[in-house]
Amino acid sequence: MIIGLEIHAELNTKSKIFCSCPAEFGAEPNKNTCPVCLGLPGTLPVLNKEAVRLAVKAGLALNCRINASSRFDRKNYFYPDLPKGYQITQYYSPICENGFIDIETAQGAKKIHISRIHMEEDAGKLIHAEDEPATLIDYNRAGIPLIEIVTEPDMNTSDEAAAFLKALKSILEYAGISDCRMEQGSLRCDVNVSVREPGNRKFGTKVEIKNLNSFRDVQKAIEWEQRRQEALLMTGRSGEIIRETRRWDAFKGETLPMRTKEDTDDYRYFPEPDLPLVIVDNELIRSISDELPELPRQKIERFAKDYMLSRYDAGILARSRHLADFFEEVVSFGVQPKEAANWITVELLRLMKNNTDTDGSMAEITINSKDLAELIKMVIEGKISRQAGKEVLSDLAASGRTPGQIIEERGLAQISGEEELNEIIKCVLAENADAVMEYKNGNMKINSFLMGCIMKASKGKANPNKAKELLEKALTYLRLF
Amino acid sequence: MRHLPIGHMTIDEIKKCYINKEFSVKEIISGYLQRIDSLDGCVGAFITVCDDTALKAAGELDERLALGEDIGPLGGIPVAIKDNICTRGIETTCASKVLAGYIPPYDATAVKRLKEAGAIIIGKTNMDEFAMGSSTENSAVKLTRNPWDLKKVPGGSSGGSAAAVAAGFAQLSLGTDTGGSIRQPASFCGVVGLKPTYGAISRYGLIAFASSLDHIGPMARNIKDCAAAFEVMRGYDTHDSTSAHNVPSSGSSGASCFSDMEEGIKGLRVGVPEECFGTATDNEVADAVLASAKLLEKLGAKVEKFSLPVFDPGLSAYQIISSAEASSNLSRYDGIRYGYRTDDFRDIDELMTGTRTEGFGREVKRRIMLGTYVLSSNGYDAYYMKALQRSRKIRDLFENAFRSYDILITPASPVLPYDIRKEENTSPASEGSAASGQQRQARSDIYTAAMNLAGLPALSMQCGFSKTGLPIGLQLAAGHFAEDKLFRAAFSLELELGIAGRMPLLKGADQYV
Repeated sequence: MIIGLEIHAELNTKSKIFCSCPAEFGAEPNKNTCPVCLGLPGTLPVLNKEAVRLAVKAGLALNCRINASSRFDRKNYFYPDLPKGYQITQYYSPICENGFIDIETAQGAKKIHISRIHMEEDAGKLIHAEDEPATLIDYNRAGIPLIEIVTEPDMNTSDEAAAFLKALKSILEYAGISDCRMEQGSLRCDVNVSVREPGNRKFGTKVEIKNLNSFRDVQKAIEWEQRRQEALLMTGRSGEIIRETRRWDAFKGETLPMRTKEDTDDYRYFPEPDLPLVIVDNELIRSISDELPELPRQKIERFAKDYMLSRYDAGILARSRHLADFFEEVVSFGVQPKEAANWITVELLRLMKNNTDTDGSMAEITINSKDLAELIKMVIEGKISRQAGKEVLSDLAASGRTPGQIIEERGLAQISGEEELNEIIKCVLAENADAVMEYKNGNMKINSFLMGCIMKASKGKANPNKAKELLEKALTYLRLF
Repeated sequence: MRHLPIGHMTIDEIKKCYINKEFSVKEIISGYLQRIDSLDGCVGAFITVCDDTALKAAGELDERLALGEDIGPLGGIPVAIKDNICTRGIETTCASKVLAGYIPPYDATAVKRLKEAGAIIIGKTNMDEFAMGSSTENSAVKLTRNPWDLKKVPGGSSGGSAAAVAAGFAQLSLGTDTGGSIRQPASFCGVVGLKPTYGAISRYGLIAFASSLDHIGPMARNIKDCAAAFEVMRGYDTHDSTSAHNVPSSGSSGASCFSDMEEGIKGLRVGVPEECFGTATDNEVADAVLASAKLLEKLGAKVEKFSLPVFDPGLSAYQIISSAEASSNLSRYDGIRYGYRTDDFRDIDELMTGTRTEGFGREVKRRIMLGTYVLSSNGYDAYYMKALQRSRKIRDLFENAFRSYDILITPASPVLPYDIRKEENTSPASEGSAASGQQRQARSDIYTAAMNLAGLPALSMQCGFSKTGLPIGLQLAAGHFAEDKLFRAAFSLELELGIAGRMPLLKGADQYV
């Protein structure tokens, strides 16, 4: 199977690409519009320099060549969400070309090549009215800056496609280029799939799949399409695989042919006369390159080396820049890296699982790194048990209180004081004279039973390690005397 | 000065009268409005007349004058604006059904600058629909007649603006020029019209026809007024990425940087392209223009005939490029957001198709179809790319010419103003007629379109009258951003010719003449 991806990512600029309307998500319909992005008669586009910076940044982060001069073109077609009746895009000469991302596959690292990255403007959004046979149009999205990233057909499995998308999202998010959230629409992906028989050098017929709304959709659609095409090939009906665009129906779990138009679109691309060439000089490239943060791969290496973490743990922590920074902050408060990693990758992520999108986006980490550090230290110092610590963590996520406050409110403080513990042990031993008898007779396993009693007597608050230590001391004393 | 008719006064003279309290702004504006009211019925220059807002603005300026304030370089001067230039709160239709009732929420930058200089918008003028045409007969709103002979066309597409100035309905007007649409009507109506260098005046607010060829430019009854308007409007605009940075701005001393207009033209090198004086040009026109060339020589210029084969090739390249860009620029008129929308539709395709079929006139549709074809995968290389290449060649030829010459002199139109015969003038080819009305109309642009391809500044002014009393215009062209040379030559010629400011006598009494 041969897979290529076409990805659109919304850039994190403050304003739209050709006017100064805010590029924010979720505003009241048609609030963020102006004569320019509505395409009112007489208006002209003015390029937002921030969009160029982010496009170049994306190119650098994805190992592309940045073209010193690139140009905008008009893509002409009629649709209600397209105010000017054309989209301003870069067809003939894109801003970046020939890049790559390394992904991890079962067979090791693999380079997925990127053919081009270009800038273009987004269209508005059509919404079907609920109570009447009408379509409503919201132009807030019209003019939002997009980069389109086109890969070479280098992927061969749905896993590789998913790995590519995760890696791409990670990089773009890291560099602050895009939020890359498929569910919110800031990342869109179309897939091109073809299947060819092994040994056949000729590429099979390419099928385009649209309407993919999550990474899981992408994987499932590819897998389903593979099965469909393979079935046709194997039953000698390869002629039925036609070059077409199909729609992924998540409900039905299959790709369906889209309504074909009578003629294929001729977009009549021609150079946009209202905009000059986009010139990017070496100085600009250098300044943007300096702005690039440490990217995921580098971070994983550094975490593994400097913090002595396993590549697996490092990988999880580095998945999101947010999370990686959070981890380093916690460490900076004096927590052992391994402990911090463990708490974050296991406990914290488990809590956050409910809040993440299926593509693994990080919702806001609602816990303060200082608080988490304090909590971890308390557990290590034995002030509370590990179990109690997990409960505190969950509370921390929900409330705005400090660990200390929560521990006090819920009375989770662990008993670690020797005097106090010894008191309890004394009681327990006194109440369980027969158990003590068994111990004296050589049954070492009675320890766990006695530990259970101690934990019960202390309502779970006894510091298990300390209690064990003291119990053994007491028992030894009893044995000897 | 009161005995001098306003129509013959320059902006400077009117301003002096304001300051000396010879008359008030309100008096002048009322005078103009009255004249429009009584005489525009037979000329038809205006689509919209802005009585209330103009009088209100006039009142405000009078108040400021009373306080001794400076009301600006164009303070109290009435300007008519072509109806494809956006004016905030004032209907702007492009003389098309598709924009009937459309009211822009913003002013074009050129309009904004005029207002900031104190000018008063007196009305919106008639034009060929979406600026496509050379006689203003393609308007979907009304007919405009040439004030010099009401049976003749005023030229186009800025026919209304030219007629308004010629008939004394405004002191200045704004036109637009994509292939000659300021210069040709200026010459048909005996007024001055300037197509500036591409990028000298911002296109923001100019409803686009062909983006790389469109220009806004001033029209007036004399050279100095035209220069004054140009100076106010020119300069870089952040809203227009194609506007030029290196346009000289007004002199800091406050004096016009065209004050050297009066210096004379001794030593000015004038080129006369011989291709403009062949059989395609009317004899009377050729004679009048060449006579003016002789006058320039008399005034000290070095005048020389030479070959400049840009005009014929330029015309077809212009038609292809302008139609291509127009087909894209006019896609936004789909009935969804503003303007006309058909009542008869069942789905989105029918809505858009019906709106455009019913809303656009024949000439507009013709050019959209042509433009769509030359951009299609079938036509792109054969037509559009070739036209762009040819355009580049023409630019080179001009660049070469302007090494040897400071200005060029040509006719503005190959023919004299012709009869209004709407159907025949706008008809496609039919049996028996050698060339269709459309083709004849298209050739009106032959001496002007090449300048649009090269982005060069060019000015049209009256250089004489025909035997039947129709104005004959000539065109002066210069190198990029050399408008000062144009004004210098034009001013000297105007002085020498002594026919500036003469206004047509219209049917019905004139209040001021």
